[in-house]
Amino acid sequence: MSEYALELNDISVTFLSKDDPGQRYTAVAGTTLRIRAGEFVSVVGPTGCGKSTLLNIGAGLLATSTGDVKVFGTPLEGINRRAGYMFQTEALMPWRSTIDNVMVGLQYRGVPDAEARAQAQAWLERVGLGGFEDRYPHQLSGGMRKRTALAQVLALDPDIILMDEPFSALDIQTRQLMENEVLDLWAAKKKAVLFITHDLDEAIAMSDRVVVLSAGPATHPIGEFDIDLPRPRDVAEVRTDPRFVELHTQIWNVLRDEVLKGYAQQLRKAA
Amino acid sequence: MWRVIKPSDRNLRYWQFGVLIAFLLLWQIVTRNQQYAFFLGEPIKVMGRVWSWFMPFGFEPNALFPDGLPGRADIYPHLGVTLLETVLAFVIGTVLGLVFGLWLALAPTAGAILDPYIKAANSMPRVILAPIFGMWLGLGIWSKVALAVTLVFFIVFFNVYQGVKEVSPVVLANAKMLGANQKQLLRTVYLPSATSWVFSSLHTSVGLAFVGAVVGEYLGSARGVGYLILQAEGTFDVNTVFAGIVVLTAFALVLDGIVGRIEKRLMKWQPRTGETEKL
Repeated sequence: MSEYALELNDISVTFLSKDDPGQRYTAVAGTTLRIRAGEFVSVVGPTGCGKSTLLNIGAGLLATSTGDVKVFGTPLEGINRRAGYMFQTEALMPWRSTIDNVMVGLQYRGVPDAEARAQAQAWLERVGLGGFEDRYPHQLSGGMRKRTALAQVLALDPDIILMDEPFSALDIQTRQLMENEVLDLWAAKKKAVLFITHDLDEAIAMSDRVVVLSAGPATHPIGEFDIDLPRPRDVAEVRTDPRFVELHTQIWNVLRDEVLKGYAQQLRKAA
Repeated sequence: MWRVIKPSDRNLRYWQFGVLIAFLLLWQIVTRNQQYAFFLGEPIKVMGRVWSWFMPFGFEPNALFPDGLPGRADIYPHLGVTLLETVLAFVIGTVLGLVFGLWLALAPTAGAILDPYIKAANSMPRVILAPIFGMWLGLGIWSKVALAVTLVFFIVFFNVYQGVKEVSPVVLANAKMLGANQKQLLRTVYLPSATSWVFSSLHTSVGLAFVGAVVGEYLGSARGVGYLILQAEGTFDVNTVFAGIVVLTAFALVLDGIVGRIEKRLMKWQPRTGETEKL
């Protein structure tokens, strides 16, 4: 068995415009990203740099143009069955109650309804949503919907967890609570996590390793930093740690130029 | 005085009722002229006709009804036929619309090939199909059901098609990541999403099923409320025509009410604005 849970080896992704096949856009180029089993890796980068593309590749929702993707040493074909994906935007089925949403993945896998329900119930309680089983997503707050989505992903016990700015829509207090909860759950199960974020504080506070991406097009990693802060961490407290501040400065020095480049591109696009 | 009777939220019902009374009174007064009455009918006689249709007992001749008011209770078979046609047309049209909508939305090639024909079939004034259905299926209920199905089908079809096309790509990707195969995607994502669109069109499609049934009967039949109206028209019995209209309107409202009930129960997952509990 391979040491790595997920490997993206020298991949590039080029999109063709649907209306005009001559128009192409290379989102990602020459990127290698390897995540060990049980490792928490964050990817930061300027807006619109192709972070989500990278995640969709890892999930098997997108195919690479060149390069290969391996999951625990096996080349990936189609959907990555060993990965759970937490989306940036609302991904719950609005016509299912919270418990039905959490158990749907188990039902897909052929787990009998009664057992799936019991497991889903346990997960809802673990993310602090006991007593909200019969609510529909629109009856929940944003934070509660994120918890439901988290339970939905974790209920399947995936070996790799992909998270695409999962908390970017939450207010800062709810966000820190959720971050700590994710860290606790991760510490208990030690899954490989690929965490996409634009928030450097969040990336440093949570990860073992932070990868910085360049501005698009043709995004590629331009820096990697091991985060040697002791665990367990509290995302709110760790921010005042001198080592945290030091790492933050180091990474920000690399990231700043890319953010400015990305910003200039966005302005040009808008003009 | 005016403060009390001024239209407001509290006495809205009385005002609504008042409008009806005023309208009936005006109607009754105008039709005291026999010549007008021939064309407009008389509200009292219309009500008498409705009574005779529904009630099994009558009245002796009196001031309002000089000829007496018989209680024949003879509308039920006709009403039953019309409602049966409506329900059959609604069910068959909805199922067909659902199946074809799902199929064409999920098989883009088939959808692209059939697209112009579907547009043409939808733009065709489908009421003109009634004589053809009459020839094919005879004067029984099936020619009416067929006509009403053509009306219901397209409403449901286009809504399902839209519903499948507008499934949130994130919800779809999420279901795939959770391990859904094609069949499970259909059952847990496409179908519920399409159903919500079908329900939003339910009021229209039930109404059109009713219209199709009555129009079909009116164009040629041996039973049904449309048939009663046709017969009355043939003998210049304008009161019965109006009575038929009143009965049809009442039942259309009842059907709409039932649909509203079902919709409320099945669509409770949809957000409604201002949903707070009053304590």
